Amino acid sequence: MSEEAPTPGIAEAPVPDTRPGHPAPEQPSVHGEHHEAEKGSSLWVDAWKRLRKNRVAVGSGVILVFLVALCLIHPEVTAYPYDKTALETGATPPSWAHWFGTDDYGRDLFSRVTFGGRVSLAVGVLATFISFSIGVSYGAIAGYFGGRLDALMMRVVDVLYTLPLLVFVILLTAFFANKDTIFYDWFVALLGLFADNPKDPEYLPLFKIFFVFGALGTMSWLTMSRIVRGQVIALRGQLFVEAARSVGVSDLRLIFRHLIPNALGPIIVYTTLTIPEVMLTEAFLSFLGLGTEEPLSSWGQLVSNGVESLDLNPWLTVFPGLMLAVTLFCFNFLGDGLRDALDPRIRKD
Amino acid sequence: MLAFIVRRLLTIIPTLFLVATFVFVLVRLAPGGPFDTEREVPAEVKAALDAKFRLSDPISVQYKDWLVGAVTTGSLGPSMKYHNRTVEELIGMTLPVSMELGLWAMLVAVAIGAPLGVLGAVRQNTWKDSVAMAAAMLGISVPRFVLAPLLVLVFALKLYWLPVARWESWRHLVLPVICAALPMAAYIARLARAGMLEVIRSDFVRTARAKGLSERVIITRHALKGGMLPVVSFLGPGFAGLLVGSLVVEKIFDIPGMGRYLVESVLNKDYNLTAGIALVYGGLLMVSNAAVDVAYKFLDPRVELDR
Repeated sequence: MSEEAPTPGIAEAPVPDTRPGHPAPEQPSVHGEHHEAEKGSSLWVDAWKRLRKNRVAVGSGVILVFLVALCLIHPEVTAYPYDKTALETGATPPSWAHWFGTDDYGRDLFSRVTFGGRVSLAVGVLATFISFSIGVSYGAIAGYFGGRLDALMMRVVDVLYTLPLLVFVILLTAFFANKDTIFYDWFVALLGLFADNPKDPEYLPLFKIFFVFGALGTMSWLTMSRIVRGQVIALRGQLFVEAARSVGVSDLRLIFRHLIPNALGPIIVYTTLTIPEVMLTEAFLSFLGLGTEEPLSSWGQLVSNGVESLDLNPWLTVFPGLMLAVTLFCFNFLGDGLRDALDPRIRKD
Repeated sequence: MLAFIVRRLLTIIPTLFLVATFVFVLVRLAPGGPFDTEREVPAEVKAALDAKFRLSDPISVQYKDWLVGAVTTGSLGPSMKYHNRTVEELIGMTLPVSMELGLWAMLVAVAIGAPLGVLGAVRQNTWKDSVAMAAAMLGISVPRFVLAPLLVLVFALKLYWLPVARWESWRHLVLPVICAALPMAAYIARLARAGMLEVIRSDFVRTARAKGLSERVIITRHALKGGMLPVVSFLGPGFAGLLVGSLVVEKIFDIPGMGRYLVESVLNKDYNLTAGIALVYGGLLMVSNAAVDVAYKFLDPRVELDR
C-alpha cells in the first residue's frame, strides 16, 4: 500500500514540488532514506517514516485517538448519562438532542455507545495485555532454553491450538462468571482496595467484564508465544547474547532485558492485531448474552439489544454496530501498517 | 498414503479424550445444577431427578460410565432439559442444519475470496489490489452480528426481496449464508493474495515465463496450486470457526442449528448436552485439520507426510 505513487498535496512530501501537475516522484524520498540509513538511523526512526507514508494507517490511528478520547470524555460531560432513563419518551429516532436517538427506556444512545466504548476498549486492551504477558514470557523461555523444554512447551501449544477455545470461553464465562466462585472472591478482594463496599451487587456486572477479559486473555496467547519463540531462537546465537552471558548476566535477565526488547517489532505488530480480535470476541460473547450486562453497556450488548426491535428502531442496531466496525477497521489497518513499517520483509499475512 | 491418513486420524483420539475429560469435569465444577429452579422443589423430586441422571454418584463414577457409554455405544446420555430426548438425538437433528449452513458458506467464501486474492496479487499495487484488500479488511472488521442485521434491514425489511428469518426454502438460505461467508471470504482473500505473491516470485514461475507461456496459463496452471496452500490450511480452522460463528447467524435468523443449543444448554446447565456439543465441535475441528494435512500432500508434492 505504501509503495503507491504519492498523490500531490501530501504534507510530508520531502521535496517541494516545483512543477505544477507533476507530482513529485518517489525518488527523492527513497534517496533521503538512504542518506538517513548511512547516518545510522535506528529501526524505529525508519519504521516511523515508513508508517507516516502509509496514509490509511495514519488516518486509522488519528480516528482511533479521536474515538478513544470521545469514549473517555463524553460520558463525563454529557447532559444525558448512559443510565438515565426517560420512560415517558421511550425509543426516539436520532434528533438534535440525542444524536443517535434513545432506546426503549429513553436512555441516550450516544452516551450508551461512548460508555460502551470504554468497556469494549478496556476489555480489548486489558485482555491483550494478559495474552501479551503470557505469550511473550512463554515463547521467550521456550525459545531461549531450547531442547526438551522447548519441545514440551511447544507441544502444549500445538495441543491447545487444536482445541475449540471459543467454546471453552463460552463455557467458562457462563459457568464461572457468578457469585459462587473463587474468582468472585478474588474480584472482591481486588475491588476492596478501591471501593468501600466491594460486595455490593452493583459491582456484579463489572465482575463479569473482568472475568471475560481474564478468560479471553488466557486463551489468546498461543500465536504470540510462537512468534516470540521464533524471534528468540533467531537471536540467541548472536554475539551480543554471548557477550552478555560472558559478563555473567543471568538467564532471566538476558531474556527480559536483551532478547525480548530486540524482538519488539513483531511483538508490537501482533499486539495491535490482537486488540481487535479480542474486542470482536467480547462483542460476540455480549451478543450471546454472556458478557456485559445491564445497566452497563458494551458495543456487542447494544447491538444484541437493538436487533430485537430492528424493524421498529433500526438506529439502535446501526449506530453501535457501526462504531464497533469502524474501531475494528482502524485497529486492523493500523496493525497492517505497523507490520509493513516495522518488518518490510514480511508480506501481508 | 492410506497409512498416513489412518495414522493422522489416530492422533486425534488422545486430544479428543482430553477435550471430553475437560468439558465433562468443567460443567460439573460449575456452581448450581440442572435442576436448581426459582421455586422450591420437593426434596424427593430432586433426589429422584438426581438419581435418574446419576448426579449423586461421585464424579469419577459418572465420568467412567459416560466415557464407556460414549465409546462402546456412541451414547452421550440423556438431555437434562429436554426430557425423553438423548443428546445424540438432539445433535442428530441440529448438526445437519449447521453443516448445511457451514458448507454453503464455505463454498461461497472460497468463491468470493480466492478470486479477489488472486486479483490482488496479479495486479499488485494497482487500484484493483487496493480496492480488493480494502474490501477484505472491511469484511474482517464487520462482525457477523452487525452484518446480519444490516442485510436483514436492507434486503428483507426495506426491499422485501428475501425473508427475514427461518429455514425453509432456498430463499431463506441466501442471507444467512452470505452473512456467515463474508468474514471468511475476507480472510481467504488476504491469504490467497499473500500465497500468490510468494509463488509468483518463485523460480518455477520464472521458468514458465521464460518458456513463453501466456500470463493466464502461468497463473491458472502453475501458480494457482501453490498459491492456494495458505488458503487450504486456513479451511480447517476456518470451517470450525464458521460453525462457532454460526452461533450468531443461527440466533439472528432463527435457524434450528446446533449453535443455538450450545448456548442454551450452557445456560440451562444441561450437562450432557453441553458436553456432547463441545465434543462434536472439538471432533469437527480436529477432523478438518487432519483433512487439511492430507489435502496439502495433493497440492504440494514437496510436503513430507511423516514429520
